[in-house]
Amino acid sequence: MKKVIVENLKYRYPAMKQLALDEISFEVEEGEKIGVIGRNSSGKSTLCQALVGLTPHFYKGTYGGRVIVDGLEIKHATVSEAALKVGIVFQNPFTQVTGAKLTVYEEVAFGLENMGLSRAEMIEKVDRALHLLNIYPFRNQNPFSLSGGQMQRMAIAGIIAMRPSIIVLDEPTSQLDPQGTEEVFSAMDELSAEGMTVVIVEHKMEKVAQYCDKILVMKDGKRAAFDTPAKVFSRDDLSELGVCAPVYTNICKALGKKEGAYYPVTLAGAARVLGARR
Amino acid sequence: MISVQNLWFSYEPDDRKRPNPDKKYALRDISLEIDKRPTAIIGQNGAGKTTFVRILKGLLTANRGAVTVMGEDVSRTTAARLARNIGLVFQNPNDQLFKKTVMDEAMFGPLNIGMGEGAARKSVMRALDIMELSDKLDTNPHDLALSDKKLLCIASVMAMDTDIIILDEPTISQDYVGREKVKRVIRLLRDEGKSVMTIIHDMDFVAECFERIIVFNEGEKLLDGGAKEVFSDAEMLKKAHLEPPYALQLAISMGLGEVCLTEADVIRCMMEA
Repeated sequence: MKKVIVENLKYRYPAMKQLALDEISFEVEEGEKIGVIGRNSSGKSTLCQALVGLTPHFYKGTYGGRVIVDGLEIKHATVSEAALKVGIVFQNPFTQVTGAKLTVYEEVAFGLENMGLSRAEMIEKVDRALHLLNIYPFRNQNPFSLSGGQMQRMAIAGIIAMRPSIIVLDEPTSQLDPQGTEEVFSAMDELSAEGMTVVIVEHKMEKVAQYCDKILVMKDGKRAAFDTPAKVFSRDDLSELGVCAPVYTNICKALGKKEGAYYPVTLAGAARVLGARR
Repeated sequence: MISVQNLWFSYEPDDRKRPNPDKKYALRDISLEIDKRPTAIIGQNGAGKTTFVRILKGLLTANRGAVTVMGEDVSRTTAARLARNIGLVFQNPNDQLFKKTVMDEAMFGPLNIGMGEGAARKSVMRALDIMELSDKLDTNPHDLALSDKKLLCIASVMAMDTDIIILDEPTISQDYVGREKVKRVIRLLRDEGKSVMTIIHDMDFVAECFERIIVFNEGEKLLDGGAKEVFSDAEMLKKAHLEPPYALQLAISMGLGEVCLTEADVIRCMMEA
């Protein structure tokens, strides 16, 4: 079942000449994980905002085409209707924190409080989200006492707790240590196995290649590619697209070692193709 | 250039003579010397890395222990005086930016430490050129993308021409091109004889740019050594919840005998074999 349908999406910010999104089309199946990559200012964050309805409802401007999320056409839905279907984690966790809550626990419960759930249901969902993002030990701390990385995980937990059918994450691991990054991606893996559809903007290509089913490459507001990680990273025009392949792929490319028609994109794939030394 | 002896720090008030075993310390008994080698401080979120550099910069005061920067005891000086010797690029650019234009923002630091107007302007223009921001002089810093805000913060600190420059997570939200820009700047500063320190989670970036690595874990210094030495200590890295660079992970899983830290190392090693 198609959970996200984007059709000829065009968008221009007020007072700007250039389109921020230029004829973008793609479809995402239920439970798929899509990585969105590309240079800064290529339209990745704007696309995230369009998927959840912040564009065109909050950011005005010129809008064309359609975004349908879990059967709901975003242009005709209110932001609160859309919020029940699709959640967004912003690039900067400071943007996400309400500032109105005194503990991490309450902060993570904030979205749920606005959904009219029973107390028992809320506790179960908040606990699960806190454990999934490994911030349960900090649940009684003030949100602003957290380190950058902990705050980023709290922001993700707040959205996960609401159990949207689609989650959009804009560079959710930018401030995380390697273990925290791995935890976020494996949490997304677990949620997608349960049917949640994941769209994730990310600069860490090794993780995108390992975890995502497909990759959308954005360039100057346009869709430059939409395909499996192996196909995308095997292209020889990546530098023109402003992206870089995973370290593993670069090494295999330099040595001319393919696995079938494409270069490996993961550690295991590269080790297989290059062969063990002993 | 920096000397740290038995440094303890807690965010809770602490007026006892000895460390209190019941108290939560963000930093516990840290001793180290910083020299001219480009140095990366790595460790988990919450390990005390940012706290540590804030103390060096005089923004936080240690509970006990001695810190000297270019021979000056930080407890006996002011953050304003320290600013002439040590520049810090904050983790979150929104904490650092406050002027109305890119130019004013970059000029603030140099003027504030007493650089003359002409010299400041020259230094600022050079830094903004390197960061490819010189076409945005009149832009409001808050209208820049997060990645450009970070580059502006780096340029502003570079322009102050301090002997020590500390970058707190310089590659945050940088794309491939931005990451290469940061890499170039770090090498440039090193070649100019500056002491560059960074806090960073990108291990492949560390392997490519930094000679010395200090590992923090739960407020303690766990390891301190050359990049090869630190990244080959699998047991300690695991203890600090860190992993080796991707290139080295591949080299290890292929059983390459050599410690290959970067893509280029692995490729060379494979070609020679």
